[in-house]
Amino acid sequence: MIEEQLGRCVASWYPGATGVTGAAKLSGGASQETWTFDIVHPSGNVGAILRRAPPGYGASPGRAAGLDAEATLMQLAHDAGLPSPRVMHVLKPADELGSGFIMQRIEGETIARKILRDEQFAKARPILARQLGRVIAGIHGLAPAKLPKLREMSATKEIADLEREYRSFDWPRPVFELALRWLRERDPGPSQQVTLVHGDFRHGNLIIGADGVRAVLDWELAHVGDPMEDLGWICVNSWRFGEIDKPVGGFGTREELFAGYEEAGRTVDPDRVMFWEVMGTLRWGIMCCGMMQRFRQGPDHSMERAMIGRRSSETEIDLLRLLAPRGKA
Amino acid sequence: MQDEPTPIELIKAVADFLRNEIAPEIKGHNAFKLRVGINALDLVTRQQALEQGSDAAEAARLKQLLGMDGALIELNRALCEKIANGEVDLQTPGLSEHLWQTTMDKLAVDQPNYASYKRELGNK
Repeated sequence: MIEEQLGRCVASWYPGATGVTGAAKLSGGASQETWTFDIVHPSGNVGAILRRAPPGYGASPGRAAGLDAEATLMQLAHDAGLPSPRVMHVLKPADELGSGFIMQRIEGETIARKILRDEQFAKARPILARQLGRVIAGIHGLAPAKLPKLREMSATKEIADLEREYRSFDWPRPVFELALRWLRERDPGPSQQVTLVHGDFRHGNLIIGADGVRAVLDWELAHVGDPMEDLGWICVNSWRFGEIDKPVGGFGTREELFAGYEEAGRTVDPDRVMFWEVMGTLRWGIMCCGMMQRFRQGPDHSMERAMIGRRSSETEIDLLRLLAPRGKA
Repeated sequence: MQDEPTPIELIKAVADFLRNEIAPEIKGHNAFKLRVGINALDLVTRQQALEQGSDAAEAARLKQLLGMDGALIELNRALCEKIANGEVDLQTPGLSEHLWQTTMDKLAVDQPNYASYKRELGNK
């Protein structure tokens, strides 16, 4: 059924397209879905991705930038020569597909364990951290005047948001309290540089090929704030997938990431990056607790969500490794 | 008194059946879900085996640290409050050791294969 609607939609803006084929849902909660499909064309099929909120799900949840903003950011990144899919079409009411957009499908891998272990990425791994440094610098350098309306964040606001969410669970976690206290005491205050922040720059949202990074995806958490946040987030141990001595995604060093970033003409503040790494570790821990809450209260009563609740202790040990390392007395 | 087999023995038998007989037959997304399900059963057996001992030791440490008595969750709430308002911190004798031990005991149940946990096991 979605193929018929997509076929009609595609025919209205893609000259020569005769329909679509192979539509399959890649992921989706109740309010947001991602579909892959091929546009059928006499000169060869074209891979495409639909990202949408189905009809009836207009508003995006609290922190989300919204699908229109995501489309604008992706196109801006693409136009700036950054690895980003081209946006082919922003959905209109007449498309009867809900709200969202259709973009070019980029082939490659997003699953961390494959990227970190498979032979086909052996040449990419040693160059990735530096490459990603350059890419994220490019994102931070996108012209502020062209950006869509985004929420403005600061370290102070983020600490308050995390604390509010943690308290709403009403479940005592002394290590999270310690981390909150540590963050409040070391809050560096407003950043001198304020830029676009991707907000979720890590494994899963990066398409990697044998040649390195091919696309940055998922701008749902994009906002305006301290650019060091993105550098700290990609160093969070939860994204190292067992390769704990390689802080950047389990494949690279901070020095490589920072070198790539500075090659692109921007400056790194390593202390702020470390601050955001602690913040990010706590943030992922609190997100795990949040998924457990939704398992209990919401319609998504799945084992996966329940079990993610039991991963928050992983962030507790990582916080202790950061804040109270042993064997150094 | 309930009879044998114990809950641990029952869950283990089910988990082993799913792991050895069913998992090889299942493909795609359901194979992933089945793995998550088996992991959940394994977690329950670890908790059944370890929880009593680690809870008792945690409560004893908390009583010592806080100078008060109470249910484990109340002791943890009291510790949280003291950390939040700065009454205790990492300079407080025993706090770091307590948080480390409590966290290691959680990981032993939740994710004994987590790389940070395995590293810290050999790094006391």
